[in-house]
Amino acid sequence: MTAQAALGHRPTRMLLTGDHAVAYGALRAQPHVIPVYPITPQTPVLEKLVELAEAGELRGDLMTVESEHSAMAACIAASLAGARVFTATASQGLALMHEMLHYAAGARAPVVMVNVNRTLASPWGFWADQTDSLAQRDTGWIQLYCESAQEALDTVLHAFRVAEAVLLPAMVVIEAVYVSHTLEPVEVPEPALVARFLPPFTPTLRLDPARPRGVGGTATPAQWRGNRLAMTAAMDRALEEVETAGRLWGGLTGRASAAAEAYRAADAEVLLVTAGSIAGTAREAVDRLREEGIPAGLVRLRLFRPFPAGEVTARLRGARRIAVLDRNCSVGSGGIFAQEVRAALQVALDGPPPVLSYLLGLGGINVSVERVIQVGRDALRRPLPCPGPILEEAL
Amino acid sequence: MLEIRIHGRGGQGAQVGCQILAEAFFRAGLWVQAFAAYGGERRGAPVTAFLRIDDRPIRIRCDIEQPHHALVLDRTLLAEPALTGPLRPGGVLVVNSPEGPLPGPPRAGRVVRVDATAIAQAHGLGAIVATAVLGAFAGATGLVALEDLRAAVEQGSPARRRENVEACAEGYLAAAGLARVGA
Repeated sequence: MTAQAALGHRPTRMLLTGDHAVAYGALRAQPHVIPVYPITPQTPVLEKLVELAEAGELRGDLMTVESEHSAMAACIAASLAGARVFTATASQGLALMHEMLHYAAGARAPVVMVNVNRTLASPWGFWADQTDSLAQRDTGWIQLYCESAQEALDTVLHAFRVAEAVLLPAMVVIEAVYVSHTLEPVEVPEPALVARFLPPFTPTLRLDPARPRGVGGTATPAQWRGNRLAMTAAMDRALEEVETAGRLWGGLTGRASAAAEAYRAADAEVLLVTAGSIAGTAREAVDRLREEGIPAGLVRLRLFRPFPAGEVTARLRGARRIAVLDRNCSVGSGGIFAQEVRAALQVALDGPPPVLSYLLGLGGINVSVERVIQVGRDALRRPLPCPGPILEEAL
Repeated sequence: MLEIRIHGRGGQGAQVGCQILAEAFFRAGLWVQAFAAYGGERRGAPVTAFLRIDDRPIRIRCDIEQPHHALVLDRTLLAEPALTGPLRPGGVLVVNSPEGPLPGPPRAGRVVRVDATAIAQAHGLGAIVATAVLGAFAGATGLVALEDLRAAVEQGSPARRRENVEACAEGYLAAAGLARVGA
């Protein structure tokens, strides 16, 4: 029995889109300041937050600003003043924030932001593609990838817990359409339950007019290096915090989570690896591949920064072939999750299994169950070496 | 799992109609998943909305390639490639159309027509034909209770709630009547 059931909590199950679920997650986290600039497909997050504020449920200061760059600047300042801060963006908006993302991490401002993965221009588009958030991988932000509206709501709460514990900003990522605009049943946890999971934000140092101090002044090379090493150590702690949050939330709600999640992976010869909305489709594909007699499994990357190299290696090491499904593209290199998986295995194992890279669903193209089944079959028979990404046409 | 597609044009209510139908099934205690695909944010462009219904949580997240049932808000879309393929066996195609030949290839399964454009106009709903077609789907298939659907229309209509509920009920009666005649 979960604590939720033991306490007699009856969670409210509502029909919500991923974007609206995110807004309810933010509501339950009770942020003090919410600077936001609207952009498709994030706009429903802001619309729902405005609705909740007008209804008197959301009490934080909802700031509408003139750009995403300003939104993030406001987030950093508010966070350093000791406020719990939430924002959300997508695609071009995230790109416009890029400079400020580095600043937030370096200043150790634990802002929580949802990014809705959307294609970057040009050409213009509105569809799911993870390249926008993955292009921010070196900014010092924690990154968590979600596959459903429920997970998006839960992960907003996890992100606050983790970010505030280690003093690094955290990005919660969902894909356009397949999560952001998909309506599905979502349990909205009771405030009392959330209070047992997410403690108040009480930073030891904060900007205070009564005791003036500055943040972000010029550092010597040694000080700057020290800052980056401290951030690196905080990232290591973030991995532990993500695992702890996943277990604790599982005890409270029955919805446990981990940095890297395995499905039928223990005895798998071919292991699929993906992050985000393709994971559910891939689980169905794994079941059908096994019905065909192909021992397939799935490892879903939920945490991308810090990269859970040990957890990923532990789950992948026994496979004959690994197939990474990327809905993103680093032009000139290929799938970004594939690169990271290859790098992690290369240093962890003597003779790691071959990691094949599949680019699926770029630009929001539909990824069907049949398509993922084709990947599973292809991965076992594809001749080696095969360094380059494999496209849908080649399946 | 039951899979349904709604085809319309931007401005006819395909996407919101799909969410309303999801809400109606949700009210009956089922798990649902509703989303839409469209080529651009503009009126008149083809919109396809997808709805899955199951008695357990739904894990796949992809377009519906061969639905059990399809609802067509604009008959001119019947010639579109996405709509020319067959439905699953036993599937019902609900089409907003007056009498007369339908565009596209001949249909093998059951086709239910409802003049949703006339119903919508009679209720002052302009181009919003989705609610009448939803009613016709419920009347023709019996898969969703009119009571649940009316409540969902009431809750989910962004404007003209009463008119949309009336249009939905009228579509239901038209299709339920046809079903009785056909049986």
